[in-house]
Amino acid sequence: MSSPLAIDVADLSKKYGERMALSHANFEVPMGSICGFVGPNGSGKTTTIRMLLGLISPTTGSGHVLGESITHPEKYLPRVGAMIEGPAFYPALTGNQNLTVLAKLGGFDTKSIQGLLDLVELGDRGDSKYKTYSLGMKQRLGIAAALLPNPKLLVLDEPTNGLDPAGIQEIRNLLRKLANSGTTVFISSHLLSEIEVISDYLVMLRLGKVIFSGKTSQLLAKQQPVIVAKPEKSSDLDKLLKIAKEAGHECTVIGDSVHVTGASDYAAKFNKAAFDAGVVLETLTPVRPSLEDTFFEMTGE
Amino acid sequence: MINVVRAELTKLRRPSLSLSTIAAVTFVIGLVTSLLFLLVDSPEGNGERGIRIGRDVLSLATGVSIGFSNSAGLLGIVALCIFAAQTAQEYTYGTLRNLLVRQPSRMKILIGKLISMKLFAIVMVALAAVLSVALSYLFAGVKDISTAAWASSEANAALARTFINVLIATIGYGIFGMILGLLFRSPISAISIGVIWNLIIEGLLSAFVTNIDRYFPGQLLSIVAQGGSEKVSYQYALITSYGFLLAGLLIVAVLFKRRDVAN
Repeated sequence: MSSPLAIDVADLSKKYGERMALSHANFEVPMGSICGFVGPNGSGKTTTIRMLLGLISPTTGSGHVLGESITHPEKYLPRVGAMIEGPAFYPALTGNQNLTVLAKLGGFDTKSIQGLLDLVELGDRGDSKYKTYSLGMKQRLGIAAALLPNPKLLVLDEPTNGLDPAGIQEIRNLLRKLANSGTTVFISSHLLSEIEVISDYLVMLRLGKVIFSGKTSQLLAKQQPVIVAKPEKSSDLDKLLKIAKEAGHECTVIGDSVHVTGASDYAAKFNKAAFDAGVVLETLTPVRPSLEDTFFEMTGE
Repeated sequence: MINVVRAELTKLRRPSLSLSTIAAVTFVIGLVTSLLFLLVDSPEGNGERGIRIGRDVLSLATGVSIGFSNSAGLLGIVALCIFAAQTAQEYTYGTLRNLLVRQPSRMKILIGKLISMKLFAIVMVALAAVLSVALSYLFAGVKDISTAAWASSEANAALARTFINVLIATIGYGIFGMILGLLFRSPISAISIGVIWNLIIEGLLSAFVTNIDRYFPGQLLSIVAQGGSEKVSYQYALITSYGFLLAGLLIVAVLFKRRDVAN
């Protein structure tokens, strides 16, 4: 039996005039996972999130959030927390008052507000006006607002924007903690290193189309590792290229090193072959492609 | 619905809005009431559009509420600005998306906003009434105008009638502001268009084209606040002005319900 789904999108499309913002998207996000949602600017991430939250209507296709159709957002939004396109609050109200507005609107207990402010480390600034907050503090308030309904699904659009490294680490820990307690986290970010560290699942978009959806580990496993060999003498680069090519590996010279595509166990054979050919290697490093490398390769950016 | 009203009242109670509204109401009432009494003997007139309201009229039981009813147009402009800003700022701040995530029923959001702003208008008009009566007594003393009839039950009834009429007119202007706010999605555009329309376009056309004020919502709401005029009956002004507003509200409600929230 397959695991229940937090988000399930089938053939979902959105057209603005002649421009296709999202084209026949299909993906699933399992319950309890942290799902990274990545793609270049204009690839359709925010359009998709807006459709999932009932802010815009799809042109075609269907979707389900927490088992309910996206045509009836009132059935699932009380269990969803969201921060879309960055934090947006009333500048003249304090952080506390801004959360009170949203808590009253959603019918949530306002007593939880101070706890949430403490959780995002705004406990001592809750009575300051929003317009006096730094970008990082605004971002934290946005996350606190998203947590108001004690959500089963948390949708965050670029949640670490403006945060310092310590803040990013805190948010990462918070999201992991939420996921461990059963909350599904759907997180869009341009910080691919962050997504790689935190996400179990990944949905990748390019030009309005889903180019990958599945486990992050599956995507990374598909990518061939690269062995980077730097000879002591740069005149030996051609010899190294010949050795790798004769062994049937793709290779190229980048700077003063040879990059050889192949499994990391080839590194020892390559080293021995280089030694036999009289080439002394200064360094030999097997490199596993990062999500960023994979992303750039897949999106062609 | 009640959740929307409670949330909106939290926003409307903020000190910056409350204090600026009190300041605006005090200025409007102070200006109109002081001009009404202090220029009572001026040949240039002391009422709207140079109308002369003499000592004898001010001494009547209805005299205590004349300053209040004459302020309705400007109070309406204050309400128009508040309703327009409160509606349109949700787009400019980007907060509408937060509201719709927490309350997906757009009609509940719209009706809740309208109810809360009406409550705000009631408080605003009540404050205006109190200020106007107090200033009327003050300036009547200064200009030696008799206030003997102002404490009568007839005066109280006139004041109550004026309060209701001014409230209806003020809420009408506010609804007009809300319509513009939803239409233009920008406080500056909505407020400037609303003020220019009411104060300049309607005012100028009414001055030059005979009977055209029968078809202008702003002019009709002013007539409602006055309890009717010689040319236009109270019932006609009330039904026609609110007919316009209802039609406008229905159009923007459909737009609000169907339009994508893309900002």
